[in-house]
Amino acid sequence: MLTVSNLDAYYGDFQALFGVDLYVDAGETIAIIGSNGAGKSTLMRTLTGLTPSSGDTIRFDGQVLSGQPAHAIVKAGLAMVPEGRKLFPSLSVEENLLIGANPGRDGLWNLDKVYAMFPVLSERRNNAGTALSGGQQQMVAIGRALMSNPKLLLCDEISLGLAPIIIKDIYTAIPQIKAEGTTIVVVEQDINQALSVADRVYCMQEGRVSLTGRPDALTREEITAAYFGLEKEDA
Amino acid sequence: MEWINAIVQGVLLGGLYALFATGLSLMFGVMRFVNIAHGDFIIIAAFAAFTLTSLTGMHPLATLIVVAPVLALAGYANQRLILNRTLGKDILPPLLVTFGMSVVLQNLMLEAFTADSRRLQSGALETASFQVIDGLSIGVLPLLVFLVAVAVIWSLQRVFYGTGVGRLLRATSDDQTTVKLMGANNAHIFAIATAIASFVVAIAGVFLAMRTNFDPSIGPARLLFAFEAVIIGGLGNLWGTLAGGILLGVAQNIGAQIDPGFQVLFGHLVFLAIIAVRPEGLFPRIKA
Repeated sequence: MLTVSNLDAYYGDFQALFGVDLYVDAGETIAIIGSNGAGKSTLMRTLTGLTPSSGDTIRFDGQVLSGQPAHAIVKAGLAMVPEGRKLFPSLSVEENLLIGANPGRDGLWNLDKVYAMFPVLSERRNNAGTALSGGQQQMVAIGRALMSNPKLLLCDEISLGLAPIIIKDIYTAIPQIKAEGTTIVVVEQDINQALSVADRVYCMQEGRVSLTGRPDALTREEITAAYFGLEKEDA
Repeated sequence: MEWINAIVQGVLLGGLYALFATGLSLMFGVMRFVNIAHGDFIIIAAFAAFTLTSLTGMHPLATLIVVAPVLALAGYANQRLILNRTLGKDILPPLLVTFGMSVVLQNLMLEAFTADSRRLQSGALETASFQVIDGLSIGVLPLLVFLVAVAVIWSLQRVFYGTGVGRLLRATSDDQTTVKLMGANNAHIFAIATAIASFVVAIAGVFLAMRTNFDPSIGPARLLFAFEAVIIGGLGNLWGTLAGGILLGVAQNIGAQIDPGFQVLFGHLVFLAIIAVRPEGLFPRIKA
């Protein structure tokens, strides 16, 4: 479904991604893990067109996405839950969700379905989005992305800054979303959380993919080494 | 009674100032963009209406049917073709480009219409008035302008808070990057904001031309009044802009009551006092 080949990307003048290769098959849940500054967020921004990319390094469902503007990429069926949630402060919870439907793609997801998955949002639908707790805001951000009925949902650091019990709540939504047929990529610093939902994992380090495989086929040592950039014999 | 009269006339004048200011407020709110040529576009609308009435003999109010949509379309095109290219991290290019536009527009109008002072003749409407109480009468035209200003702001609020386009405009005002992830093309959203602003500019220009004399050079002063109304009212709040316009109008009329030479000065002094005490304006909704 998504193929990234030999992708370079820049964060300002600084090269943040070096020849990244990865693929995502339809129906999979993929985890991308890595420490701060490993290039995960730049990869997400590049996939969604917020950071420019060139050539035909990003292909999605047979279309070349590299070089396309962000609004066209969303319409092609790729949605993102951005790092830091990025709700619109002057919009209510319901308006934040409704604006997610703006790309106008048909599908299963609508207001009722998002409220069924996160009932607390229905109770607070008229509150300002940013007046909610961190966990509830994260639910709005996930719901907003789903409202565009994406084929591929990118979740950037959805556990960041949340209490462990809230993270557990949020992560119970991932299998539900997957069950509806949406392919998911989660980007995480929290390795355990990411591995618990992932079919395959990519570990990134200093802008490169340092390890990839199925969670059950990788040893703890291999993951730690790839995550922190240690040589295997040191780990 | 003279003072009450000055205040009431000031409130009505404030409606016209609010019309000047609404477009400026809207463009700043959505894209943090200050259009230095805003006042000159108001005068362009005035001359467009003047030309139409001279050529066809139509009533000044009727010219709005043509002038408002034409200006809205021109605003859309101007934003997409020129102004969007000036937007970015640097705040200077939009200021310089619209300043240049202001100079060019004034000179084009001077070439086309000479420096003569004009006025749109609106017949009986111009002089019609009714007496409220002894010593206080209200002109029908100033009242009409005020009511239209209220109606315009009410309608814009409905658009912003009740439609999908309004939601996108507010979201764009909040966060120009994240809104792209909602499938919004910023270039198009910005141009829609400018089109709506230009529609209101047309209404402001036609009413200005019906209420007072105008010539190609008076745009910048209208920009100044619009600025003051927006800043007094607080950024991002259209009802605040109306309040700002009213306060400015009342201050000017009180100044004129003391001495006719004080009219404009008093408006500026009130503006100065307000930004000294509340730099964010009276009813701000967004941060600069």
